[in-house]
Amino acid sequence: MAIDMKDVSNIAHLARLQLSEAEQQEALNSITNILKVIDGMQALDTSGVEPLAHANDAASQRLRPDEVTEPNQREQVLALAPSADRGLFLVPKVLE
Amino acid sequence: MLNQGITEIAAALASGAYSSVELTQAYLDQIDRHNPDLNAYITVTAEQALGQAKAADAARAQGKAGPFTGVPYAHKDIFCTQGVKTSCASRMLDKFIAPYDATVTERLHAAGGVMLGKTNMDEFAMGSSNETSWYGPVKNPWNRTLVPGGSSGGSAAAVAGHLAPAATATDTGGSIRQPASFCGLTGVKPTYGRVSRWGMIAFASSLDQAGVLTHSAEDAAIMLQLMSGFDPKDSTSVDLPVPDYRATLNQPLKGLRIGLPKQHFAEGLSPEVEVQIRNALREYEKLGATLHEVDLANSHLSVAAYYVIAPAEASANLSRYDGVRFGHRCEKPVDLDDLYKRSRAEGFGTEVKRRIMVGTYALSAGYYDAYYIKAQKVRRLIKNDFTRAFEQVDVIMGPTSPHTAFPIGSKTQDPVKMYLEDIYTIAVNLAGLPGMSIPAGLVNGLPVGLQIVGRDFDEARLLNVAHMFQQATDWHKRTPGAQP
Repeated sequence: MAIDMKDVSNIAHLARLQLSEAEQQEALNSITNILKVIDGMQALDTSGVEPLAHANDAASQRLRPDEVTEPNQREQVLALAPSADRGLFLVPKVLE
Repeated sequence: MLNQGITEIAAALASGAYSSVELTQAYLDQIDRHNPDLNAYITVTAEQALGQAKAADAARAQGKAGPFTGVPYAHKDIFCTQGVKTSCASRMLDKFIAPYDATVTERLHAAGGVMLGKTNMDEFAMGSSNETSWYGPVKNPWNRTLVPGGSSGGSAAAVAGHLAPAATATDTGGSIRQPASFCGLTGVKPTYGRVSRWGMIAFASSLDQAGVLTHSAEDAAIMLQLMSGFDPKDSTSVDLPVPDYRATLNQPLKGLRIGLPKQHFAEGLSPEVEVQIRNALREYEKLGATLHEVDLANSHLSVAAYYVIAPAEASANLSRYDGVRFGHRCEKPVDLDDLYKRSRAEGFGTEVKRRIMVGTYALSAGYYDAYYIKAQKVRRLIKNDFTRAFEQVDVIMGPTSPHTAFPIGSKTQDPVKMYLEDIYTIAVNLAGLPGMSIPAGLVNGLPVGLQIVGRDFDEARLLNVAHMFQQATDWHKRTPGAQP
């Protein structure tokens, strides 16, 4: 399957990546080449094959008891934020 | 003492030949001298290391020493380390000081290990040459114009260059085994679920697994013993007992059935590498093993399936880097979308962005079935190939990489060429199996790695098979400075 510049710009938006025109062109070229390798799969008949999402799919994922196990690290976590104030993460204005 | 592995160091510390503080200081001096050129470490934690060494010596004096007490090691910068920068070699996390320890970090520290620093790697572990790092490429100690392999290139260069006796590493498509092969080391990627992923920065969560880079299988056994085992904090961690890996290292290999995938001895493999691999297999025959051809019929599609599944999972995992809660934020965002888009564009390097794009595309409406579901079906067929092969053989062997280490800069312009680097290793991650690489020869003075793949949770056998080879040969003792 081939992609064009419109696809690249749409994918970049979905992935929330700001790409310059030159970067979009580079992305178009390299993704086109990568898709050529990936499309090698299409020749294989996989009808009736169950998809494998996980290497040990036989084991179902555990559930733990609903108990608080994490210590309160509010201050340490907020200290990592690029911008925080009075216990809140700050972002540009979202609502007028 | 800087040429020793964990086993020799543990014996020397026990006999009092030197203290952990003396050894740690010697490594720190060595790092000061050689790291500016090799670029193996992103962060050196000298003060903390000397503190841990001092504590280890004190514990030993009180008779409380285990096999890893006071042993220095290098830690891949993908594992969270409380109070220490954890960058994943990305500008995105250049200022990230982890607020907690990864389970692997915690276990190695509890065992008395001395962390020398955090090692360089491909950004977010995406690469096969350690050239995508925000902190620049790592050089191969065997020849400083060559790559050390990737993504655990800093860990491999640190151990091969004697800037650490052993290192942690991670492997999503070959990131432990290929650097082991390029740097003449023993590298183990355990079974998926064997080692906790908690606190290990995620790339592709159904494939990522932590392991080690060491000078020998015995060293690897000591370290893996400490790292392995159930962790309630990782929902994919498997609750199975961990056997005593060192107890079975010396089991004779008589009757061992070795499978050779015909697809791994085909076009694309360097003839000189093949000669070394065939010599190693003859050595195994001398040890009593028998060789059998096996058919991994769908292995030619492993790179294709991987480059859908890994980027798809990466695109989801890396959506957490939003410039809001932690990590890089752009200057003066005009609105929330601008904040996201510019923070991510500035924080991620080209290869990471490329994979996020491929993954986003594969998961987008209209392409999900054709790419993502198709890749998962191919993944099932690849796993089935291994299951069938392991009905006839005990382990599978072949080359780890089609060739020896390549020149820095020679493949960076062509992502597909770089992806094909992992052609023999990737299927093992898709199937979740344990795999390792051991030094098995030299071509033009550069190391060649033999890949050994085992059944699920059969690490003990892999280590045994590797150890017996290392008792009969000395390829694992060759070092960049000491070639005969």
